[in-house]
Amino acid sequence: MKTKFTKFAAAAMAVVMAFALAACGGGSNGGGSSEGGDNVLKLGGVGPITGPAALYGQAVEKGAKLAVEEINAANPDGVQLSFDMQDDEHDAEKAINAYNKLVDDGMQVLVGTVTSTPCTAVATEADANRTFALTPSASAPDVTEGHDNVFQLCFSDPNQGVASAQYVLGNFADAKVGVIYNNSDNYSSGIFSKFKAEYKNAIEETTFTSDSATDFTAQLSTLKNAGVDLVFLPIYYTEASIILDQAKKMDYAPKFFGCDGMDGILDLEGFDTSLAEGLMLLTPYTPYSEDAKSKAFTEAYQAAYNETPIQFAADAYDCVYAIYEAFGKTGLETSASMEEICEALIGVFTGDFTVSGVTAESMKWNANGEVEKTPKVCEIQDGKYVEK
Amino acid sequence: MNLLNSLISGLSLGSVYAIIALGYTMVYGISKMLNFAHGDVIMVGGYMSFIMTMYVGMNGWLALLIAMAVCTLLGITIERLAYRPLRGTGSLAVLITAIGVSYFLQNTALLIWGANPRVFPSLLKGSEPIRLAGGKLIISQESILTIVAIVVIMVALTLFVNKTKAGKAMRAVSEDNGAAQLMGINVNQSISLTFAIGSGLAAVAGVLMCSAYPVLMPTTGAMPGIKAFTAAVFGGIGSIPGAMIGGLILGIIEIFAKSYISTELSDAIVFACLILVLLVRPTGLLGKKVSEKV
Repeated sequence: MKTKFTKFAAAAMAVVMAFALAACGGGSNGGGSSEGGDNVLKLGGVGPITGPAALYGQAVEKGAKLAVEEINAANPDGVQLSFDMQDDEHDAEKAINAYNKLVDDGMQVLVGTVTSTPCTAVATEADANRTFALTPSASAPDVTEGHDNVFQLCFSDPNQGVASAQYVLGNFADAKVGVIYNNSDNYSSGIFSKFKAEYKNAIEETTFTSDSATDFTAQLSTLKNAGVDLVFLPIYYTEASIILDQAKKMDYAPKFFGCDGMDGILDLEGFDTSLAEGLMLLTPYTPYSEDAKSKAFTEAYQAAYNETPIQFAADAYDCVYAIYEAFGKTGLETSASMEEICEALIGVFTGDFTVSGVTAESMKWNANGEVEKTPKVCEIQDGKYVEK
Repeated sequence: MNLLNSLISGLSLGSVYAIIALGYTMVYGISKMLNFAHGDVIMVGGYMSFIMTMYVGMNGWLALLIAMAVCTLLGITIERLAYRPLRGTGSLAVLITAIGVSYFLQNTALLIWGANPRVFPSLLKGSEPIRLAGGKLIISQESILTIVAIVVIMVALTLFVNKTKAGKAMRAVSEDNGAAQLMGINVNQSISLTFAIGSGLAAVAGVLMCSAYPVLMPTTGAMPGIKAFTAAVFGGIGSIPGAMIGGLILGIIEIFAKSYISTELSDAIVFACLILVLLVRPTGLLGKKVSEKV
């Protein structure tokens, strides 16, 4: 009943906002591209700053801002960056409105959007308008499919599924594998379908939906009774923390293996980190890494925001640097239009452009817009990530 | 053994639904409105208790009392500011307002506490689960606490409604608002009292729910709220024992459907059962038949 009403309300709001925006668009489109004069490249971001996925949008905003500040401070006479983040509440409709607002305000390159479903919608718009988009974290394959202007800095879901399956096959060859995944979620079911295709052997499958993500005892008993000793969890850490807690309460201690959505579990306030002991995960960034670049980023982030960054922040930070460096290679002035920059950046990204960042050494992109970088597998030991 | 394990999981989940459903059903019974903000009051209760234990360093049980006090006040305030001015303006206006209040609470919580999920410290932190039959039957102490809590609350509420003057006034108002007023019952006070009790129970539900399923976010209350509303309709909305039975049955069906039929279809099965019950008994399992005089 509630969903029905909220959908109705959302639809009504969307209509009202569409009119409001159409009205705005007519007036302010003239001042479109850039203000000129000062040497500023205008970046825009779209992501959930409020709503259930707000954690990700806020992390991206902070990570991107940190990179912008560093670049501007390091080179005050060169190209300066500005960054404007708009809220989409993890909603496709609102994401398009936010994107349109940014275009009206003269955005030249889009860092975003943060989450997959809105990003798929915005990708189509950005393709039509010719905006170059580099998403820090929207990992669904639909995001880049059919759009030559949209690139991903994070692993795509299929790649995570394949990499996980290969790791499990290589390191846990004799394990009986089970899975708990969210079949109402693109991210989770996307990873799992590729995992299954790559893994080929029998998998004990259990699922849940976002609406029933409180009690996992039924799924855990199914796996326990089937004698599963490695549970693949291609899900977010919020649900995973409940699963770990409930598994312990029923004396079930298999090996748990997650993907990048698992990142953040140790920073859950109040979480008993001993529950995550031995948990393995595939992640491009860890705040405990000894890698010099990662370490410098983590320290700068902690100093600026007084919190430990999650990988979304690291992805966004790398996005800004990647765009900045690629823009330098285009040879364009910052007064160039959004369309010109888009075509030039596509050329750079699909060429032999590589960039090293916090999340990987020498990232490359293929023509589909997918990033090529090596995944890291970490295991949690004594409350810290240890690279395997 | 698996059957017993599932049954206990189901009872535990069902008890949480039942406590939440009590809040829905009492408010509906007395003011004929669906208080969709109820689920979010649960969330506020959870956060209050979290803050008191984690930041102030209080004992979990004391924190529960404070959470109850805060939620009671919150419930009365919501009723006074958002619902009372609309009383008598038709049910749609109140329904929309309730949805508004629900979003207001969620977003205020997001502003204050942020989007980061928190892991709730269980009331029975560190308690070992009870192992029976050589470790085959494992019962967490949280499950037992929740099941005991719903029984105690149920008995206390039934006694309160049937034996005390305030309880009788509440029943009179729910029976016939106008007539109760003519008999000298303070209708506003009775409704406020209902909201107070319902919201106080919401705090209990919040703490128990988060003890058993320990993640706390601004949207934590939303989905259990909807499920509990379903439970209230299942049992017959307006009926206090109905809410309890509805909640327990819903929890058990959900867990059994997940364990024995399909984890994917469990919600579909729960709602199919609801439809079946409503087809046979349109007012729910224990709902009162309302006969219209012609």
